[in-house]
Amino acid sequence: MSPRPGFVLDVDSSTPPTLFWQGERFTLEKLPEGSRVIYAPEPIDPLTDPQAAIRHALEHPLGDQEPLPALLRAGMTLTIAFDDISLPLPPMERPDIRQLVIEQVLDMAAEAGVDDVELIVALALHRRMTEPELRHALGDRIYDAFAPNGLLTQHDAEDPDNLLFLGQTDQGEEVEINKRAAESDLLVYVNINLVAMDGGHKSVATGLSSYKSLRHHHNPETMRKSTSFMDQHRSELHSSNWRMGRLIRECGVNVFQIETTLNNDTFPGAFKFLQKREWEWKAKDRLAYVAASSALDRVPAKHARKIFHSVRAPHRMTSVQAGDVEAVHAVTTANVWEQQGVVVEGQTDILTMGLPYISPYNVNSILNPILVACLGLGYFFNLYRGKPLVREGGVLIMTHPTPWEFNPVHHPSYIDFFEQVLSETTDPNVMSEQFEEVFATDPWYIHLYRTGHAYHGVHPFYMWYWCAHALHHLGAVIIVGGDPTSVHRLGFRAASTMADALEMARDVVGPSPTLTHLHSPPILMADVQ
Amino acid sequence: MKALVVERNLPRFAASRVASLLGSGRGAGIGPLQLLDAEAPERPGDDWYPLRPLLSGICGSDLATLDGRASRYFDDMVSFPFVPGHEVVGVLDEGGTDVAGRPLAPGARAVIEPVLGCATRHIHPLCPRCGSGHTGLCGNLAFGALEPGLQTGFCTDTGGGWSTAPLMAHTSQLHAVPEALSDQDAVMIEPTACAVHAALSAHVADGDLVAVVGAGTLGLATVAALHSIVRPAVPCTLVVGAKHARQRELAASLGADLVVPPDQLARAVRRRAGSLVLAGRLTEGADIVFDCVGSAASLTEALAMVRPRGKVVLVGMPGKVSVDLAPLWHRELTLVGAYAYGNETPPGAGQPDRRSFELAIDLVGSASLGRLVSALYPLERYEEALAHAGAAGRRGAVKVAFDLRNPKGRSR
Repeated sequence: MSPRPGFVLDVDSSTPPTLFWQGERFTLEKLPEGSRVIYAPEPIDPLTDPQAAIRHALEHPLGDQEPLPALLRAGMTLTIAFDDISLPLPPMERPDIRQLVIEQVLDMAAEAGVDDVELIVALALHRRMTEPELRHALGDRIYDAFAPNGLLTQHDAEDPDNLLFLGQTDQGEEVEINKRAAESDLLVYVNINLVAMDGGHKSVATGLSSYKSLRHHHNPETMRKSTSFMDQHRSELHSSNWRMGRLIRECGVNVFQIETTLNNDTFPGAFKFLQKREWEWKAKDRLAYVAASSALDRVPAKHARKIFHSVRAPHRMTSVQAGDVEAVHAVTTANVWEQQGVVVEGQTDILTMGLPYISPYNVNSILNPILVACLGLGYFFNLYRGKPLVREGGVLIMTHPTPWEFNPVHHPSYIDFFEQVLSETTDPNVMSEQFEEVFATDPWYIHLYRTGHAYHGVHPFYMWYWCAHALHHLGAVIIVGGDPTSVHRLGFRAASTMADALEMARDVVGPSPTLTHLHSPPILMADVQ
Repeated sequence: MKALVVERNLPRFAASRVASLLGSGRGAGIGPLQLLDAEAPERPGDDWYPLRPLLSGICGSDLATLDGRASRYFDDMVSFPFVPGHEVVGVLDEGGTDVAGRPLAPGARAVIEPVLGCATRHIHPLCPRCGSGHTGLCGNLAFGALEPGLQTGFCTDTGGGWSTAPLMAHTSQLHAVPEALSDQDAVMIEPTACAVHAALSAHVADGDLVAVVGAGTLGLATVAALHSIVRPAVPCTLVVGAKHARQRELAASLGADLVVPPDQLARAVRRRAGSLVLAGRLTEGADIVFDCVGSAASLTEALAMVRPRGKVVLVGMPGKVSVDLAPLWHRELTLVGAYAYGNETPPGAGQPDRRSFELAIDLVGSASLGRLVSALYPLERYEEALAHAGAAGRRGAVKVAFDLRNPKGRSR
């Protein structure tokens, strides 16, 4: 039976309660009759022979690019850059796509006699990956062959000796990227395109760049004008990256882009019920829900977090394409939409969403309050094409405990951002002007980013800027079950129950609001007509 | 007339110490303090005057004594029985003469500078410290014409402020209270003088980053002193760690540039200083840290956030604490105490030397420090008063004092 497409359910009296994520827990909420619930399409069939598909893609590139074997020759320098720990979500079962792709690239390089090969994690300003994380992404064979010899490195956006300034775009955007990548005869970039936002020129122009470059598109103005990040043609973020990517190409950097898509088979065995539609739950799903809920309610949050972060998603590859960046990305984006797109008629007054335990920036870590905001307002809110799911001036209701809790190793500057910056302003423009530079150049944050496993000092600002479009668009944001102190620090409202939140929302949008629930994960993208 | 009297009673001190484990001041009912009928003490000499207390504050050092937590160091500087209360504003029913020899009319209000130095003990010549006006450093606190006692409120001969009976004040202790000051303002003069002394003894330099740990009475008064006396002549940045919301409001209103909860203070200092962190300490931290708590934790924190060769000023009364001094040695830090009062040289060109108390009287008025008096209790409700004082911050209070003006008792 072929997978069913996405679906918009109209809630009536016979509709069972709807599952809401709440961090490391979940609840069932009875939504008002007349509400809509948007469900993701079912996982589409994966490639039956991914190895063959990868080889085919490398040998039959798209656009103005030669087959990979033709680009490889003895004596050349080859750099393979790849996406970091932020993708995919949750981390996938072994073997990771990156391993499958890079193994074939390396086989071809070996056949061609290429000796000078280096691997670079395209971190941008993210935290450095740990050895277990790298082994998971690349496999032990690649890790053991490259890491001990210093040939597997993590991009360091604060290493002036390993950055190369390439010039400025016609909009004055400075382009500075990893020197090794820029000076290689060939740069192969291996993507995992979890959502439509990923990949394209953003891979190199963001993943291998420095603060000097990133600040031109990671700023409140650009983010607010990206409507949405998932729609490249209406995203200022992407426009800027495309200008930079084309400059990189004009400077002679030969990029061989490899992009892959995944199906949305997100949860394994015992958690399978999380991606099913509630009225289709069978006895074993209900049993699994009760067992998981009661178990999670009994364990401390940190143990629940550990359980969830050990989840490996059974994602399977649905497509792989390689070659010219723009030609490849056009196909990739279409493939992502095929898996995730759901047509939705019209906007809503109130949009509800249950926030899970994970975002791109807290793999094996804590979803701190800033990441809660970013996940809801930066990511889920932007999972649309056309118009936002919620109307301008509408209300966003999220469920998450939002504890005042941070991982000091991964997010040291987030702590200061939360304590200092958000206590003074939640306005992205104001914080950008008054605080960003200080955080971006703070030597302690730079030290921790370069030598530890910390996100860069400026990163919490970027998380807040991701929210800029939603902050500008929404009339109110309410977090159900959130720690009131944390929620208020974010500038949002806290409600103890969904009923209270709906009452509060009615004060903003009127007494008879329309309500739509985004039933995600699995990830879906609303094509709002 | 009634007075709260502390007897030398070891079982009661022990009981109080146990009770204080539940919270400072919680052992008042079973401790060494008793409410007794009282008369004014005998005049120790012609230059002593009876001062009938109007308001008398409860200080952290009083609580430490009554809780049995005070350092044994002070054992030889106390004589029993004594009436506590050294933060006092009172009335000179018979008049008197102030520290500068000016006459004070009968009925005039006055505050006392409670240190019992050489002059009060009729010791002549004065010791070098008293001779130079630094009475707080007097070494004769157990000698001369008085029984041992480092201050009024710890000496059996003088009486103390927690009494409706007059205490005895030496002419060298007396300062007139300006008409413009309320009784609440006036009772804040003594702790404010301590803060003024601490703020000025630190010798803040232009551009310094100054951190204040703790925002109880002493912490807030130190902020006020730094802001109003030091900063006009010596620009500096004031960062304050305050545990409770009311304390944070007050610290901000008294001039702090940044007020944060205590667990955020080191990070706030780090950000301001642009410091790295090594071995749990800031590589470039605050130039000066005022520890207005005096606990092992606060001192450890202060030592961790001060820069190399920086200065930590102990303002809050410490006891016996265990602190790792390796960083003090390695980073060449200066750890200095700031006790009581003396002669001060305010910063700025041409500023004459003044008594800490004189500066405090001005500061209490200009900064309206009477607002720090949060609750007044009659003596009869001393158990409640002490419990309130012991939990002041948590209960949204700063200074708790006894109200001796109405013999029938009333609180607000």
